Amino acid sequence: MTDYIVPLILFVISAIALGKKENPYDLMLAGAADGLKMLLSIIPALVLLLTAVTMLRQSGAIQVLSGFLAPFFNFFGIPPETAVLMLVRPISGSAALAVGADLIATHGVDSLIGRTTAVMLGSTETTFYAISVYFGSAGIQKTRYTVPAALIADFTSFLVASFSVRFLGL
Amino acid sequence: MVLSWVFTGILLISILFSLILGNGNALGAAVQQGAQSGITLTISLAGSLCLWAGIGNLMDKVGITAFLSKLLRPLLCRLFPSTKKDAELAGLLSANICANMMGLGNAATPMGIRAAKRLTDPRHPQMATDQLCRLIVLNTASIQLIPTNVAALRVSHGCSTPFDILPAVWLTSLCSVVMGLLAAFVMGKLWRHD
Repeated sequence: MTDYIVPLILFVISAIALGKKENPYDLMLAGAADGLKMLLSIIPALVLLLTAVTMLRQSGAIQVLSGFLAPFFNFFGIPPETAVLMLVRPISGSAALAVGADLIATHGVDSLIGRTTAVMLGSTETTFYAISVYFGSAGIQKTRYTVPAALIADFTSFLVASFSVRFLGL
Repeated sequence: MVLSWVFTGILLISILFSLILGNGNALGAAVQQGAQSGITLTISLAGSLCLWAGIGNLMDKVGITAFLSKLLRPLLCRLFPSTKKDAELAGLLSANICANMMGLGNAATPMGIRAAKRLTDPRHPQMATDQLCRLIVLNTASIQLIPTNVAALRVSHGCSTPFDILPAVWLTSLCSVVMGLLAAFVMGKLWRHD
């Protein structure tokens, strides 16, 4: 049954658009073109960052680092392998994608680590980027408690992502 | 600038560790390998990302974003009391939040910025107000309903059911937004005399 969800979404929204005398094919073309432009714009960052992340993994640093942090992460039920992902996630979206791709490729897309990585990536944003864009353009200099509150939200994501994959089997 | 430090730092750490662990071979190979995998990853993501960007645009134009924003109005009035006196602010905020839910980041940001400017306090224009802090927390926590880039990443690594992580993503996003807003509320009370 779940196999039909995505094909049905495609059909239903196209049909609704036709019913509203819109042009679904052209609208999707325009969106897909924007998507392609976005993808092109992140290629240079992905190439540089995957170079860095692959070096970090092949040097053995990631393994040593996650071994070192394991007691702390195990206390919270977070897989220690995701340590690097948690460190870069708030700073850079492309870096998080590079680290996530590396984790999924190394441990398997449907392994505990692979699924936790996917849930972490899907439920967090590039916190510091958003903060700098919004406060920068609104001319705010005293950010008060925004950064700690946003980081508490991020840490909650990492915790709940690990918990829901490990214990709820989601 | 931050990324320059991160990048250089990663290089230094990699070189130090490979010297200590004695795997210079692997490190040298990793440079070419990593650069190439940047391109491989992009190509393997391209199909589903393009398709979902198209679907997202269609959903937006069909009126799903507008429908969502109607549903969210009552909640928004509680989080942002200024919307009671400012109808344009209410429109901007709900459009920003709904575009985020649909994963249309490029559409969400300009409206969010206009809303942010209206949420500043004219007496202290450089200080973030409680409502502005809440808006930022909403924008730094992910509320995207269908994380299509993650689904594309899963597909590119051979997963045939990329969306089966959705329940976990929804639960996680919900907990994180609630915790972020709670933290903002509590700290807003403590930070009063600033």
